[in-house]
Amino acid sequence: MKNPYLPFAMRIDKIVIETEDYNIKTFRLSFLNKEDEESFNYLPGQFAQLSILGVGEAPFGIASSPTQIGGLEFTVNKAGVVTTALHNLEEGGIIWVRGPLGNCFPLEELEGKNIVIIGGGFAFTTLRSLTNYILNEKHRGQFGKVIVIYGVRRPGLFLYKNELKEWERRPDCELYLTVDKADEVWQGKVGVVPNIIKEVNPSPENSYAVVCGPPVMIKFTLPVLRALGFLPERIILSLEMRMKCGIGICGRCNIGNRYVCKDGPIFTLAQLSELPDELLIWR
Amino acid sequence: MKEMKIAKNDLVSFLDTLITEYEVFAPVKKDSSVVFQEIYSGSEALLDYSNSQKPPKEMFFPQKERLFSYDLSPKKAGIEEPLLAEKQRIIFGIRPCDARSFVLLDRVFSGGVYKDIYYIDKRKKTLVIALGCNRPKSTCFCTSLGGGPFSQEGSDLLLIDIGQEYVVQVITDKGEELIKKHKEFMEADEQSLFSMRKVVDTAEASIKFRVDVWKVKEKLDGMFDDPFWDLVSEKCLGCSACTYLCPTCHCFDVVDEVIGQRGERIRIWDSCAFPNFTLQTSGFNPRPTIKERVRQRIMHKFKYFVDNYGVAACVGCGRCIRECPVNLDIRAVLNSILER
Repeated sequence: MKNPYLPFAMRIDKIVIETEDYNIKTFRLSFLNKEDEESFNYLPGQFAQLSILGVGEAPFGIASSPTQIGGLEFTVNKAGVVTTALHNLEEGGIIWVRGPLGNCFPLEELEGKNIVIIGGGFAFTTLRSLTNYILNEKHRGQFGKVIVIYGVRRPGLFLYKNELKEWERRPDCELYLTVDKADEVWQGKVGVVPNIIKEVNPSPENSYAVVCGPPVMIKFTLPVLRALGFLPERIILSLEMRMKCGIGICGRCNIGNRYVCKDGPIFTLAQLSELPDELLIWR
Repeated sequence: MKEMKIAKNDLVSFLDTLITEYEVFAPVKKDSSVVFQEIYSGSEALLDYSNSQKPPKEMFFPQKERLFSYDLSPKKAGIEEPLLAEKQRIIFGIRPCDARSFVLLDRVFSGGVYKDIYYIDKRKKTLVIALGCNRPKSTCFCTSLGGGPFSQEGSDLLLIDIGQEYVVQVITDKGEELIKKHKEFMEADEQSLFSMRKVVDTAEASIKFRVDVWKVKEKLDGMFDDPFWDLVSEKCLGCSACTYLCPTCHCFDVVDEVIGQRGERIRIWDSCAFPNFTLQTSGFNPRPTIKERVRQRIMHKFKYFVDNYGVAACVGCGRCIRECPVNLDIRAVLNSILER
């Protein structure tokens, strides 16, 4: 019987400071043990528990895509005890990992469909995984149009800037970046994500919307998508709740009778409509 | 196997023999309350008591439990799994309501995709000998939850006190094996069985409170947004005594503890009654007031658990009623739900 509470060690190969405020870093980790690598089969949308011995453990969406060979990436916003300790680590340091945990985006269901990816702030991590997965040459043909709408408060807060540039250059990906507030050099869109969705006006025809962001963004995005004609079955959300065990036992991340860690974090709006609106975003 | 019996005079020597082979846990009087702890002589076991203050769930799910330990000195960095217990254990004298709670906890700790090996290992290595409840307390309501003062669920053997002797109901193969090894047991005669039925009927009839938990669940299906939760939570202090003392509550926190270079990752009981339980690092709390937290406790026990496992997460032991500092009686809550 495998002990689900035991983490394995990974080494930090690279740390990228993502944002101008130095508050968000991406950690590229490599497996120390071949067996751990072989048993870590994940898909976009899943998360893992990262920990530092002596400090504690916290859940993070996996920011890399399984199409990237070797290692994993996690993007961490410095906010609490564990994230601060993670930020204090250097390349070569050790992070302990449990996972992959949770469900993934419904990739089979998304096949052959147009996909509108909508993200806000630093919650863009698993959406980046999904976008890279879909845009990968092995998978690109299986999906229709790809539209990415991504908003942050100000230009210096975008994650994965180099990748965004690559996506922008690709003819098979429509990228719309927006900021709440522009600076002198910003030439792109200005406005909150729900308004930009209205402007882009994606067709619901044969399409799915995948949404991840802060509660307030989701709250105002859902009515826009509904008005555009997206059905609740075709609006996919990734949720966050405080978690500890990550495996549906410790009892804290439930929304109604579902656990976000084990039954989620990915739900369709149709599924959520059956559940009590504990986060006050989908009713 | 047929019902057996054992003379009261033989029980202590039976326990003494068990102690040579097993770690035996039994109810013992400590200060002013009754607790379950390891006994080293059969005479230590308290046979005439109503129930322990703390539920015996800690036999399998200790209030604090090490998940693994580690050394922080640079040369040794690595984690060590805790050793699992070698010895088989017996819990003697627990009440049928508490024995039933193990069956409910099993669903959470071993019924899903992920197996909690710490819980499962202890459960496998433990034999449960329950003691029927001749005199249920005024706060007991096990019969509403699918149990009863002599319910067999969760026990390997059930002893029923009929005066000079105990009738022994043999529930599992594990229990039968144990009985066969000990010569103190003999087949129960008609006279003993007759006395047993009388004891059972009297005890069952003494539990007056009845509530239909299925009807409660149906009501709760549509009550998440009901103003009822404002009323029912008004006097709750959020002290969490009810959840800590509940034999079916299983929520826990996971934390690291370090002394010097040695550290442990442990889990400790936690409670949905605490504000920090769902507080996110961003400051957002989906259950910001006592209203949402009381709702979560009731919903989890009488709706969500029923949705997921087909049974309520309550055994009617009445501990939460007896120990609540503001007399928030869960039976009254269930009744008012039915009146909505």
